[in-house]
Amino acid sequence: MIQVFRDHLPQIIAVILFGIGFTTLLVKRNLIKKIIGFNIMDTAIYLFLTSVGYIEGRVAPIMVDGITDASHYINPIPSGLVLTGIVVSVSVSALMLSLTIRLYRRYHTLDIDKITLLMKGEDD
Amino acid sequence: MPFVQNVPFFSIMLCMVCGVMSAMLSGRVAKWVTVALSAAVAALNLWLTLDLWANHRSFVYWMGHFPAPWGNELRGGLVESTLAVCFSLIMMLSVAGGMRKLDQQVGKKLNLICVMLDLVLAAMMSMLYTNDLFTGYVFIEIMTLTACALIMSRQNGRTLVSAMRYMIMSLLGSGLTLLAITITYNVTGHLLMENIHDTLYELHRSGNYAVPITTIIGLFFVGLGIKSALYPFHTWLPDSYGYSTPAASAVLSSIISKAYIFLLIKILLRVVGLTVVSGSHAMDLMFVLGIVGMMMGSINAIGSHDLRRMVAFSSVAQIGYIYAGMGLGIRAGFVAAIFHMIMHAFAKSALFISASGLSEVSGNSKRFSDLRGAGFRHPTAGVCFTVAAMSLVGVPVLAGFTAKLYLSDAALTAGGWKMWTLLIALAVSTLLNVLYLMKTVITLYRPAREGFVDPGYKSGKLATCAMWGFVIVNILVGLMAHPIAEAIRSGLAMFD
Repeated sequence: MIQVFRDHLPQIIAVILFGIGFTTLLVKRNLIKKIIGFNIMDTAIYLFLTSVGYIEGRVAPIMVDGITDASHYINPIPSGLVLTGIVVSVSVSALMLSLTIRLYRRYHTLDIDKITLLMKGEDD
Repeated sequence: MPFVQNVPFFSIMLCMVCGVMSAMLSGRVAKWVTVALSAAVAALNLWLTLDLWANHRSFVYWMGHFPAPWGNELRGGLVESTLAVCFSLIMMLSVAGGMRKLDQQVGKKLNLICVMLDLVLAAMMSMLYTNDLFTGYVFIEIMTLTACALIMSRQNGRTLVSAMRYMIMSLLGSGLTLLAITITYNVTGHLLMENIHDTLYELHRSGNYAVPITTIIGLFFVGLGIKSALYPFHTWLPDSYGYSTPAASAVLSSIISKAYIFLLIKILLRVVGLTVVSGSHAMDLMFVLGIVGMMMGSINAIGSHDLRRMVAFSSVAQIGYIYAGMGLGIRAGFVAAIFHMIMHAFAKSALFISASGLSEVSGNSKRFSDLRGAGFRHPTAGVCFTVAAMSLVGVPVLAGFTAKLYLSDAALTAGGWKMWTLLIALAVSTLLNVLYLMKTVITLYRPAREGFVDPGYKSGKLATCAMWGFVIVNILVGLMAHPIAEAIRSGLAMFD
């Protein structure tokens, strides 16, 4: 059991972090906290991916000293996926933040429940 | 390689180029670019469909001629191309039908909304044709962002809040999907669908990794289920569909949610494989949620006093049908689900566009009391609404009837408790459908209430043409149900 924990420590931590981020995004009423939760959730997945691609004692696949043998480098594909994922989550965060600003200007609160109540009082 | 096999790549690139161009054009030109683009994409994909139908084959397309794992792959088959034709047709008719409202409600930023519409088409094409899981994820996110922008196209408090709620639910969904893809990659070491399928099949046969495989199926199901508004996750739907501009509602309900469902079907059949899927309890859950959705969506629709919200809630019920079909866990169920998807996409976009026409001639009111007699004031919209509503209810000749027939046929093939549950649920939910849809149709043709002043609103020529277009395609899908279902069946058979 302890051996399993030791072997998969990064993945276990990643899944726990994912859970924290997921619940924050789901249950917190404050919009900024929700966005933070979303970022924790996505970052947890990047941790998961990088830990899958990392191989002990090897370096990033950037050719420096003319070493072309693949056995010196880590698996580059998960790193590529992480980069793509970061681009996606940055753009989503930007959109969420701009939406939050718009909502705050209109309703002067960040609480989604209060915003919903205020909205229902408005006409169409 | 025959030239026609470039069609998937061309459609995606064409949409992207038009999207970029529209950002620089004026709104007046950009909206026509979007209509022309959808027509062109529909024509191109029709050509591909006819070719694949004649030669009875599917193909894999290497982007930039790099073989996997270095290059990215597209895969074309009959199901994908048939759906592409349907969705791009719907896009064309919805934008044409909702164009006047787009002009009024969006104003100066119309060209930016056209960028979003073009990108929806691009993302939809990529999700239909991609052969790579991670590309699928990237386009899921692009679809989410564009959908959010479309909800906000009409700017008021309600759409802002519903866009936020949509984003929150949607991000939960994409987080789960990304986790599922990560675990799949971790277990199999591949991202291309065929390679993952081979590895997963081997793992399944050896009996190892049973828990991770079930987790993968569950995560994909819940993730994409949230995004496509499956019943308990549908909370974002009524406001998002009910208050945005009609063209956006039509696109959201008919194209965006369907693209997620198709991606899920593709993952279940091509990545995980039917043999593994049919033994999984996740399918039972999918079936149960589908049945509950069928009932609850209709009950909520009966209770709503607003035409647009009623149509939105009916989407929840129809998505329940689709998931119930998939949940049977047999190929016939998936065929029925995809056919239902096509039928619902055509009918629901017609309902949204005609509902907007009907409320226009009733002083922009969506309340049923004001809508009395609207069918006489706007005859085309009345006919369009009636035909689409009859199709959803399942009047013979129209597609809805055939869709329900395929569903019950699949249920009979599946047998067991699922057969009885689905058959009873179909009967009850058809009754509920009649209750709210036919009640609305009757309301439309009742004399206007006393003291109602006709605002004297004339509908535009383009919207009228689009509505007749919707009437024609709805009837055509009904008449051509058999060939379409045959195309889906042989396309799904080529998935293995």
